[in-house]
Amino acid sequence: MSSPNAAYPDTPDQAMKPKRHEWPLWEVFIRGQHGMSHRHVGSLHAPDQEMAIKNARDVYTRRNEGVSIWVVEARHIAASSPSDKGPLYEPSESKVYRHPTFFDIPEEVGAM
Amino acid sequence: MYAQMIKSEATQEDPEKLAAFQARIDAGEKIEPKDWMPQGYRKTLIRQIGQHAHSEIVGQLPEGNWITRAPTLERKAILLAKVQDEAGHGLYLYCAAETLGVTRDELTEMLLDGRMKYSSIFNYPTLTWADMGAVGWLVDGAAIMNQVPLQRTSFGPYSRAMIRICKEESFHQRQGYDVMMKMAQGTSAQKKMAQDALNRFWYPSLMMFGPSDKESVHSEQSMAWKIKMNTNDELRQKFVDQTVPQAEYLGLTVPDENLKWNEDTGHYDFSQPDWSEFFDVLKGNGPCNQERLAARNSAWDDGKWVRDGLLAHAEKKAARKVAAE
Amino acid sequence: MTSDMAFFEFLCRMGDNTLVLGHRVSEWCGHAPVLEEDIALANTALDLIGQTQMWLGLAGEVEGEGRSADDLAMLRDAWDFRNVLLAEQPNGDFGQTMMRQYLFDQAHVLLLEKLAQSSDERVAGIAAKAVKEVTYHVERSRDTVIGLGDGTSESHRRMQAALDLLWPYVGEMFTDDEVSGIMAAEGIAPEPSSLRAGWDAAVQQTMSEATLVIPDSGFAHAGGKTGFRHSEHLGHMLTQMQWLQRAYPGARW
Repeated sequence: MSSPNAAYPDTPDQAMKPKRHEWPLWEVFIRGQHGMSHRHVGSLHAPDQEMAIKNARDVYTRRNEGVSIWVVEARHIAASSPSDKGPLYEPSESKVYRHPTFFDIPEEVGAM
Repeated sequence: MYAQMIKSEATQEDPEKLAAFQARIDAGEKIEPKDWMPQGYRKTLIRQIGQHAHSEIVGQLPEGNWITRAPTLERKAILLAKVQDEAGHGLYLYCAAETLGVTRDELTEMLLDGRMKYSSIFNYPTLTWADMGAVGWLVDGAAIMNQVPLQRTSFGPYSRAMIRICKEESFHQRQGYDVMMKMAQGTSAQKKMAQDALNRFWYPSLMMFGPSDKESVHSEQSMAWKIKMNTNDELRQKFVDQTVPQAEYLGLTVPDENLKWNEDTGHYDFSQPDWSEFFDVLKGNGPCNQERLAARNSAWDDGKWVRDGLLAHAEKKAARKVAAE
Repeated sequence: MTSDMAFFEFLCRMGDNTLVLGHRVSEWCGHAPVLEEDIALANTALDLIGQTQMWLGLAGEVEGEGRSADDLAMLRDAWDFRNVLLAEQPNGDFGQTMMRQYLFDQAHVLLLEKLAQSSDERVAGIAAKAVKEVTYHVERSRDTVIGLGDGTSESHRRMQAALDLLWPYVGEMFTDDEVSGIMAAEGIAPEPSSLRAGWDAAVQQTMSEATLVIPDSGFAHAGGKTGFRHSEHLGHMLTQMQWLQRAYPGARW
């Protein structure tokens, strides 16, 4: 394990990488219904906060319209050891075909 | 599977720490990004989640191939929504990998220059509309076999990504089967298309699970870490057992003369795919390897000015804001 | 021209614009510069396809010959299409796609706001749903045009080239004719020319923020929304879009 770069050829050594100019990473929090608190739903990349909010709308509300979206750049989050559970998703009103129940599968076919 | 032949890394760390780590996993606890973890666990996960993410992204292409030719407006919307979901799944998975200390652009570059792989299945062409059915039914069906148990994987961000993905995958498989049903109940040309799609996608779907890994040490380590939940053979058998009756319902014939129900085992006996073909595909010699990687490379290269341009604007805007304050 | 004929023409204009532009945008799926844009473009395309189903569905109803939205989309030839030429222009690079989208969205949103007040309840209903979607489209395409216009020197150059290229296709969105005259007289839809001032103001503001120069030319190509003379691009699009329906007549999918 003296030379991690040789041992893991498809995971290059961190130290050897040039500094990249990437879109920053944002954490996304969505209030799914009035009266509920914002919930962490995931992350995404965006050049700035305005685009981060738009991207969050496009990426994380495909099946349910969030009432309100918060984004915060990931590097600004101070964290203890996290232990949150996965987010829940509300069914959507439109684009019903995204939901499995849209398709009638005969009983004989079994679980799908 | 979407992550095939993942080598797990040996680990040489403090035995006490390792034992405590294993105890947490055995107790069903989730490992979170800031927790201590063995280097091997981290590196194996980066490789596995990265490959899974790449598979979603490259997996957009075979189905994307038919978006502009979908036969009705509704079918076009459904297919587009499905392929869009795959981009979303790739995005969730890259984000999960990013919590391990690698960036999405780094992972992308490793895909584009061939250092990282994606699932063999996406190197097969989609030639008729029935392939949209076969891909949803068989390819997503096979993927779900692996993804459902992975919701319980030990790494928190991966588990949460899989939970989100599984909710969406069931839509994918069902829309595929729905396409197949319409074809199987349709004109003789449509039935022929459906059978042809099954003929071409059956064995490549079986290959998705990877070669038998009963004897593999990598597999054993990954299973101990709960980043692999079942052996390849278990999942493949489960897939065959589930899929054969579905094919029968459609009135289609699985292209395997040796396929038959075995009363003793309670499972179907079936022929193995041609594993030399599988290794050829992994080496880059599948029917569409060149096209798939070329498409991803040109999307990335042609998009560079866009990514740079929007970032430059964001920086200018931030600077103007500072200047105004 | 009877008012029913004019109404059918008008609905085909609405539905063909969204059909053709939605199709163009869907061509990006899997090929966009960054994942978030790929997903966002697909949402735009999905909205436009959904709007197509409503507009062409109503067109078939008004025509009264039993044609469905799919029949109209999949079984008409190019001369029966009533989309503006702008919508059928090829994607080009991402900048050209987003410029085309913004120029269209900005007109689309102004039109839909008026259509939401239409004397025809069905038109008002479709517009009320569509305007919510398109309000977001224009927000997103405008921000992208501004971001890329005021980005790097390369992105600026490409956006100016896109604007120069597409500018001659702008005017067609605002020309009046017999169809629009009948629609306006019946209170169903406004005269397109009445939307031009609002569009000009919004576009001038956007292009100024984007540091782009609006071409000093009033020249406008025509022939799309009348169906008189489409560009060569439309036929190629239709050969893809309509392939299965044409090759297997009567099959159900």
